[in-house]
Amino acid sequence: MNARDEILGRVRGALAAAPDAEVEVPRRYARTADGVDVVRLFAERVGDYRATVRIVAPEALAPVVAAELRDAAVGTLAVPPDLPHEWLIETGVEVRADSPVLSVNELDGCDGVLTGCAVAIAETGTIVLDGGPTQGRRALTLVPDVHICVVPASVVVGTVPEAITRLDGTRPLTWVSGPSATSDIELNRIEGVHGPRRLVVIVVDRQTG
Amino acid sequence: MSGATWLGMPAFPEAARTALADEQLQANLRTATTTIRAKREAVVAERADWEHLRAAGAAIKDRTLRHLDRYLLRFEEQATAAGAVVHWARDAAEANRIVVDLVRAADADEVIKVKSMVTQEIDLNAALAAAGITAYETDLAELIVQLGDDLPSHILVPAIHRNRSQIRDIFRREMPDAPDDLTDDPAALAAAARRHLRRKFLTARVAVSGANFAVAESGALVVVESEGNGRMCLTLPEVLISVVGIEKLVPTWADLEVMLQLLPRSSTGERMNPYTSTWRGVHPGDGPREVHVVLLDNGRTDVLADDVGRQALRCIRCSACLNVCPVYERTGGHAYGSPYPGPIGAILTPQLRGMRDDPVAASLPYASTLCGACYEACPVRIDIPAALVHLRARAVDATRGPLSPERTVMRAAAWTLAGPRRLAAAQRLAALAGALLGRRGRIGRLPGPLAAWTRTRDTPVPPGQSFRTWWRRNRRGTAE
Ligand code: SF4
Repeated sequence: MNARDEILGRVRGALAAAPDAEVEVPRRYARTADGVDVVRLFAERVGDYRATVRIVAPEALAPVVAAELRDAAVGTLAVPPDLPHEWLIETGVEVRADSPVLSVNELDGCDGVLTGCAVAIAETGTIVLDGGPTQGRRALTLVPDVHICVVPASVVVGTVPEAITRLDGTRPLTWVSGPSATSDIELNRIEGVHGPRRLVVIVVDRQTG
Repeated sequence: MSGATWLGMPAFPEAARTALADEQLQANLRTATTTIRAKREAVVAERADWEHLRAAGAAIKDRTLRHLDRYLLRFEEQATAAGAVVHWARDAAEANRIVVDLVRAADADEVIKVKSMVTQEIDLNAALAAAGITAYETDLAELIVQLGDDLPSHILVPAIHRNRSQIRDIFRREMPDAPDDLTDDPAALAAAARRHLRRKFLTARVAVSGANFAVAESGALVVVESEGNGRMCLTLPEVLISVVGIEKLVPTWADLEVMLQLLPRSSTGERMNPYTSTWRGVHPGDGPREVHVVLLDNGRTDVLADDVGRQALRCIRCSACLNVCPVYERTGGHAYGSPYPGPIGAILTPQLRGMRDDPVAASLPYASTLCGACYEACPVRIDIPAALVHLRARAVDATRGPLSPERTVMRAAAWTLAGPRRLAAAQRLAALAGALLGRRGRIGRLPGPLAAWTRTRDTPVPPGQSFRTWWRRNRRGTAE
């Protein structure tokens, strides 16, 4: 018998005496974060991970991006092919679009990367990238040492269940909560191992001005 | 590469005695577990719905296990449709053979690895080494363990038994590119690891991972991590091989809304871990061109067949039960003789390996005081004390011998524990066993698996006092 049939046979044998009824999953946990300003909560929670957070009005986005690039000393910036031009104005950095596809070494030669995101979760201070518009492929936001992520207020949800509902689980997803970190030395969180050591989150909110 | 192995480890009581004599180990463990306990408590207290999440998490896993065959087939169908190749492995040897063949087919002589319990369980690195393939562990703690030619001692933080200055010494000694003036500042140590592995990440052609969850309805896999080494392994190489225990399945994508809340809070004590990656087969233009999934049994179907013991298959490897365990805090992980230490190891290892011919495994159900702290902490509500008591009865049966008092006690207890309010019953059991076995307040030499505990001295019966008090009294003049 092949391994597949044998394992399935063992599973069925092991369950032969189990009751027939389905196990119902009680879902009494919170689905929404009621009565909170999700944008402020998101910014606060991202800040707890020692990431840089800015909340800006739409017209202030480009100057803030330029200032953050300067602050992080980014000379070469990788961007997804479809990044909106108006996010990058008078930055003075060398911009490399991922089209044609940048090699791993070319990516490694970039100081930073600028993207958008698909969903952001307030309660956990998480951004989620799904490879959709303004995000590019997964390696793009991994190899450069500085990741600047633009988060439109419209994609911020309160809770993990809300995010799961919005996301398409068949896409390649990357959930990011703060910069790369480790707890491996005496169980303290230390920022900066293999992923980007600096994470800058810029929330674009019409209600800010 | 690492020559360290779990084979030939002494049974728990003997290994525990060695650990108890190691004061540095004890101090390291105390610091680490105290830190993590406080962090976990803070982020759990923040969630008013924590008990609802736990109940949902337990039910999701039970639902999966009840129809595991169905979910495995669904996963296989979906992952295959998305371009993955699904393999099945009955045991460790078969899984190792599959991985070795895949690495050879890719014409590679090295692989990068992201920390995975299951590849430790099957001792994949040794199998790769025997085939002339070098495995590079990329998780910081795994790297510390591998460079130190050591064994992991904690699920989440395999090098928890090492403090920062010990880690600096290992790096200085074993890492050719470590700076001469490397300090024990954790940030400097992390930076040294980053430099050390950078080229490997950028050039490796094959990666091996495990998975925290496998979604049956879509064929997606999920890896939860902190450092970004996981993302490196999952996205940069051309070939990705993921070894996944068959119990890792969850039925639906929506089930992750529970698991991704329970796991980080229970494990690193964070609202969310830095990185979580999900992928489904091959995503053209994004990540590996060839994706393999090896579904592993290796004793899991035996666990599934035991109606008390099977709850161990709910485990999401968060390590909360280790961090709250008074026995683990004093003995460390190596004493448990397997990659699964602490309370979960005490119920999982004996079931995965069987107890009849394995004295290490047969001693593990006794590596506990039944204090119940693990059950309280467990995000998927595994009643570890009840499972321990049940396995003690099985251990006694497995090693046979005459009908001994403790066998009678354990059998009676197993029967009692099948009903509700099992935890309370388990706690009463210690007193019950004491009443039956104790002679004027001492437990003398015991037969069977308990013998090793009592060989050297009479052990005071634990009465109503806490384990800590008892332990302190029992160890007076030594560790504390
Ligand atoms: S048994 Fe529970 S607490 Fe222990 S590692 Fe598994 S899920 Fe976590």
